Amino acid sequence: MAIPKVFGTETEYGIAAVGAPDFNPVLSSSLLISTYAGSLRRIRWDYEQESPLRDARGFEPVPAREGTDEDLGLANVILPNGARYYVDHAHPEYSTPECIAPRQLVVHDKAGERILERSLNEVARSMPSAPQLSIYKNNSDGKGNSYGTHENYLVDRATPFGDIVRDLTPFFVSRIVYTGAGKVGAEAPWDDRGRSLYQLTQRADFFETEVGLETTLKRPIINTRDEPHADPERYRRLHVIVGDANLCEVSTFLKIGTTAIVLKMIEDRFLPDLSIVNPVQALHEISRDLTCTHEIALADGRRVNPVQLQWEYLEHARKYVEREDDTPENREVLERWEMVLGALETDPSSLHRQLDWVAKHRLLHAYRDRDGLEWNDSKLRAIDLQYHDVRRDRGLYYRLEAAGNVERLTTDEEVDAAVMEPPLDTRAYFRGRCISKYPDSIAAASWDSLIVDTGADALQRIPMREPLRGTKAHVDALLASSDDAASLVSKLQD
Amino acid sequence: MPQEQEQKKVQRKGGGSDETDADAGQVQSSSKAAELKEEMDDILDEIDSVLEENAEEFVKSYVQKGGE
Repeated sequence: MAIPKVFGTETEYGIAAVGAPDFNPVLSSSLLISTYAGSLRRIRWDYEQESPLRDARGFEPVPAREGTDEDLGLANVILPNGARYYVDHAHPEYSTPECIAPRQLVVHDKAGERILERSLNEVARSMPSAPQLSIYKNNSDGKGNSYGTHENYLVDRATPFGDIVRDLTPFFVSRIVYTGAGKVGAEAPWDDRGRSLYQLTQRADFFETEVGLETTLKRPIINTRDEPHADPERYRRLHVIVGDANLCEVSTFLKIGTTAIVLKMIEDRFLPDLSIVNPVQALHEISRDLTCTHEIALADGRRVNPVQLQWEYLEHARKYVEREDDTPENREVLERWEMVLGALETDPSSLHRQLDWVAKHRLLHAYRDRDGLEWNDSKLRAIDLQYHDVRRDRGLYYRLEAAGNVERLTTDEEVDAAVMEPPLDTRAYFRGRCISKYPDSIAAASWDSLIVDTGADALQRIPMREPLRGTKAHVDALLASSDDAASLVSKLQD
Repeated sequence: MPQEQEQKKVQRKGGGSDETDADAGQVQSSSKAAELKEEMDDILDEIDSVLEENAEEFVKSYVQKGGE
């Protein structure tokens, strides 16, 4: 029986200072985050590695730390909404709190955009003479450098990894017809057309192998990183690196919602073998076909286009949901999935309110028509970049949204609330609420622990190995009756 | 198979309440195309007003270090 799907996204944002090309992206990212976090930046990230000791129930004393090396490090904070906001390489990265419903994830993914935007505003306000920074939710600089938007899904440790590779690869290769964020240009070394084409995805060109551990070179369609951030005996955290950063809410919703259902079908061995003969090549070819009709060879001898392959997954998902997992959330995923596939079959351009690659292509196409531009004109590449600007007065996605040209699944009020409020039904609730309620007593935190300074000799670690423990229903009474962290810890120890 | 699915889609649309469902897949008529062009012109005018002033410089200076 498939386990519930807990998921989240991690987005590395592009950072630039227009007119100040020699700015330092690492320090600027750190500045953005620490300015936004304010006093919360004092709370450390708990890097404690998984260890057999941590399988023990209850509490473990944490040895006192010496030195202040971490104080010199780059910003790495845990926010009251349960999210992590930190510097990764030369980018600000936002990891959403754990969610259990696709719509909820869309809200929290959007809250990340708002947090980056607020960070920019804070820095501009507090340092008016510094160069103005800008932030882009995209995955490529158009010059061969890519940065990731990763998805994470809780999966059953008992499911053989080979099953995941077999059944998920054809899905990932074909889902780009609705998850692609669109890009002007080619960045694969074998494609010498430069900027003179448009493709479905930001990322396809950077993928060179089918399975592997790497994320920065020879990127694999299926990433094998195994850091469960939860009980490793029971769970895997599937770390998905093949997706694009989406601004369209429908794209994000479908990306997460369909993948979660497919993973459940894999856990329940519900899918036939739909293996693609050469998945890496298929990914590159599908990304270059704006009609979504390019046929690829399956191992069973058939040739299908990506939309047909997605229909097959949808047909199985429909049966699966009806028999095993009939929830309103899943029904909404199926309905939207079906709507999008139907439209991709008849006229992909009709999806300009739902999908990033279509919305952006429509803009570029209109610009080319009006100004008589070639695809390799800098203006088109500039429009591509600026589509992803998170500032609502500058980002072209946001200008489209303001004019009512994209479909929303969330409201501004929900997104604003998610900037501060954790999801109610995962352990992110406990993490976020503790950060809000006892900020001075939390010494460190991570996805699966909180380290509390109660004033006693040793710090106390509260393990959180179960992603679905620590929900509002579990801990609200406990938090309400604990005026301080010492009281919380003492109640947990009873 | 796509035809079967097409039919299901059409049937389901009857009970659908989401207006975007109904819009999807319709072939655009020429009057609708003119309307869309007008709408698009408005969007382009607005984008002109927020676009980075020097597109070439902007594109050239947008260099990211790899991540992940």
